[in-house]
Amino acid sequence: MSIGATGFLQRYEGLAGRLPGDSALRSAAAAAFKLSGLPGGTQQRRIEAWKYTSLRSVAEANFQPATAPHHEVETVLAGLLLLDAPRIVFADGTLRADLSVMPPTGFASFADQPDFGTLSWPDREPMVALNTMLAQDGAALHVPAGFGAGIVQLVSIATGDGDFHPRHSIRLAKGARLTVVEISAGQGRYLLNTVAEIHVAEGAHLTHIRLQDEAATAFHISTTYADVETGGTYDSFTLNLGAKLSRTEVRAQLSGAGAIVHLNAAQILTGSQHADFTTVVGHAAPGCSSRQTVKNVLNGRSRGVFQGKIEVARIAQKTDGYQMNQALLLSPDAEIDCKPELEIFADDVKCSHGATVGELDADQMFYLRSRGIPDAEARSILVRAFLAEALDAVADETIRNRLETAVGQWWERQKA
Amino acid sequence: MLEIKGLTASIGDKPILNGVDLTVPPGEVHAIMGPNGAGKSTLGYVLSGREDYTVTGGTVTFNGINLLDLEPEQRAATGVFLAFQAPVELPGVNNANFLRTALNAIRRAHGESELDAVQFLKLARAETKRLHMPDDMLKRNVNVGFSGGEKKRNEVLQMAILRPKLAILDETDSGLDIDALKIVADGVNALRGPEFSALVITHHQRLLDYLVPHRVHVLANGRILRSGGPELAKELEKSGYAGMIAEAA
Repeated sequence: MSIGATGFLQRYEGLAGRLPGDSALRSAAAAAFKLSGLPGGTQQRRIEAWKYTSLRSVAEANFQPATAPHHEVETVLAGLLLLDAPRIVFADGTLRADLSVMPPTGFASFADQPDFGTLSWPDREPMVALNTMLAQDGAALHVPAGFGAGIVQLVSIATGDGDFHPRHSIRLAKGARLTVVEISAGQGRYLLNTVAEIHVAEGAHLTHIRLQDEAATAFHISTTYADVETGGTYDSFTLNLGAKLSRTEVRAQLSGAGAIVHLNAAQILTGSQHADFTTVVGHAAPGCSSRQTVKNVLNGRSRGVFQGKIEVARIAQKTDGYQMNQALLLSPDAEIDCKPELEIFADDVKCSHGATVGELDADQMFYLRSRGIPDAEARSILVRAFLAEALDAVADETIRNRLETAVGQWWERQKA
Repeated sequence: MLEIKGLTASIGDKPILNGVDLTVPPGEVHAIMGPNGAGKSTLGYVLSGREDYTVTGGTVTFNGINLLDLEPEQRAATGVFLAFQAPVELPGVNNANFLRTALNAIRRAHGESELDAVQFLKLARAETKRLHMPDDMLKRNVNVGFSGGEKKRNEVLQMAILRPKLAILDETDSGLDIDALKIVADGVNALRGPEFSALVITHHQRLLDYLVPHRVHVLANGRILRSGGPELAKELEKSGYAGMIAEAA
């Protein structure tokens, strides 16, 4: 038995038969999780995909099933940067219809209509196995062909200690359009372990924004599988601000010609925060393009991780892949680990990756201060300027403004 | 009144200023001339508080305040402004926002109310017009993609908006054509008044035709070698620094 797995497995066995959906899939996931345990939970076997991030601290936290909420969910909800758009609210992993503003059509809960999808790999991904084993609720969004569904917000609020395993599914039929804004926040010491499966059909366009502002004592793990067909676009941006430890993993497959995937992100960390942004982009059809601009701002003893893999299949000629990782270290004790990987089997491709690490520029700091701008304000100006290029990738101005506000609020919290 | 007494400063182990004595009374414009490596730019940086330089001796007071005790932003709040020889580019920072942040920081330090975006733009547009600068200079990122002349004009614009009491111009004339030179000189001349003084660091006499100084000082080997009226600049233009330095040695 691997370290950290026991409690979760006992819980699964206790719930057996009462969990929604495919019980064979769940028991296979449980068997896989029993073998793997939590990444970093065992000394003997190290998983390459988890080289820079260990979940030993999750194992040591020894999570118990969530009990009564410790905090008012309404209070947390009121503090969020919500848009004037439909919102589907989950509190401690369970749908709260009373707090939600449902989209007119196209929504079902996982609890009512469990769907594990077809893309995930519980046998290879320990945290996906854990999610598959224990998932109880989540959102299924379906946008029919040619329909523009506007913005839907997926809100996750944790109100107390415990672990939650939401299972989401987003399907866009031919030519459909949707913007999903995923916001997660909470109070307490908890683990949020989300798995999402995304299908973008021919010519469809999904914009996926994530604003992760979890409690400073929380663990946030998010695994997304996306499949993008001919001429479809999956345009995602992730802003990681909170959590003691977070890992955002995206596995995107460009399966039809001319498909486009953007996996942009910014991570702003302080204290002993750890944030890992890991991507695998598979170019499996010709003429597809992928873009990844990932920026890390690291203060204190924080640690940022970016692992980005681009796989280009033999058939995927005229692939255009771009990957850039930039880190700004605000403290001598901060650390960035960056691992780009290119695996190319086609011969007519354009793939590039780059990484830069730097500190705040002394000339720029002096220039600002010589104009009367105090040190802290000058730092804030330069950090925001550094992030601007990443945030500029968010086309919707209202959403971009919310993200900029979230960064501003983060900065204010550091001063307080 | 700016009073510099026995100022010595070094970068690393290398002494650059070797005892500068200089007084600039309020209302006066003084020019600092001298050969390359004399310490002219160092003097500008030390006065405005750049951390790369270590002050090893002497005093600097401005209107009775010990400048050497202050952070760069505090010096700016007392009215010190350095126009950079090589203005710094700030990608991702909008020029208008930068100028408003700076002005409001200084206003805050003086206990004055801050200007909102509308009030500020009105003020800034009036200044760009007066200085014959295109409005779009405010919309661009600070100094990014600016020509050499535009960067220098942007320094003058900042000076016009921040209204310093002591302007230090570090070779602001270098690389400028005659029209741009006049804009720089006009910018400083417009601020002239009983409470304003300026220290104009330059290689050439040319700027001083438009920006006539009360006094001219020659800085060489980290010391003021000679001081005189505006005619001293003309003399230097003819005979160069070498003779003067040899004479003093």
